[in-house]
Amino acid sequence: MEFSRRETIALGLGAAAMTMLPIRAFAEATADEIVADFTGGASMSDGGVTLTTPEIAENGNTVPIAVDAPGAVSVMIVATGNPTPKVAVFNFGELAASQSASTRIRLAGTQDVLAIAKMADGSFLRASSTVKVTIGGCGG
Amino acid sequence: MAKGVKPRVKVPKTAAAGSSITIKTLISHKMESGQRKDKKTGELIPRSIINRFTCEFNGKSVIEIDIEPAVSTNPYFQFDATVPEAGDFVFTWYDDDGSVYDATKSVAIG
Repeated sequence: MEFSRRETIALGLGAAAMTMLPIRAFAEATADEIVADFTGGASMSDGGVTLTTPEIAENGNTVPIAVDAPGAVSVMIVATGNPTPKVAVFNFGELAASQSASTRIRLAGTQDVLAIAKMADGSFLRASSTVKVTIGGCGG
Repeated sequence: MAKGVKPRVKVPKTAAAGSSITIKTLISHKMESGQRKDKKTGELIPRSIINRFTCEFNGKSVIEIDIEPAVSTNPYFQFDATVPEAGDFVFTWYDDDGSVYDATKSVAIG
């Protein structure tokens, strides 16, 4: 089994997260809780959602992101490493021409950003993207 | 509480019936996250953000966004809308302090 560059980085991050401070683990748990709250515990499949983020964000205060989820009813954005991981929920109405939107978000540090889309048939799709942040956006 | 709040919206003046247009919105708001500390006193500055944004066209929903503190200062949103007929887009922002800000843009068919 071969790993792509992206998968290798993800694995490395996962291993790093496990060895890090408990506060980090706590933040991860709350992100999971928020996701579980949104999906009602339903399983999610990868793909079908496109989350566009910069690879490196110099300023964590304004990180431009875009999400495109054709056929979605609503899309939740979660920043797994933020003190409050939930970022925003986009609910698309009947006159939305496409299930896509873009905005700017704050990121406390280098972390994974998740997009979870609730589809019209009740299934859930997810996409994630790692953003490296040079200066965090939470003004500690 | 929030001072100098000014909504700005960019919508094409005309569109073909049934076509899709891109809308850009921005509202100047400091979006105090509740995480920052006052440098002098060391106390947390209380949260003060816009927590909800909606866009409607002739009473029908285009998009509705629940906003958390992780959205940046001067929240900016871009999205696509279908224009079935001539009418008005109504944009509404809801502030934590109870204020409601709105903006209206008309679109003609042509």
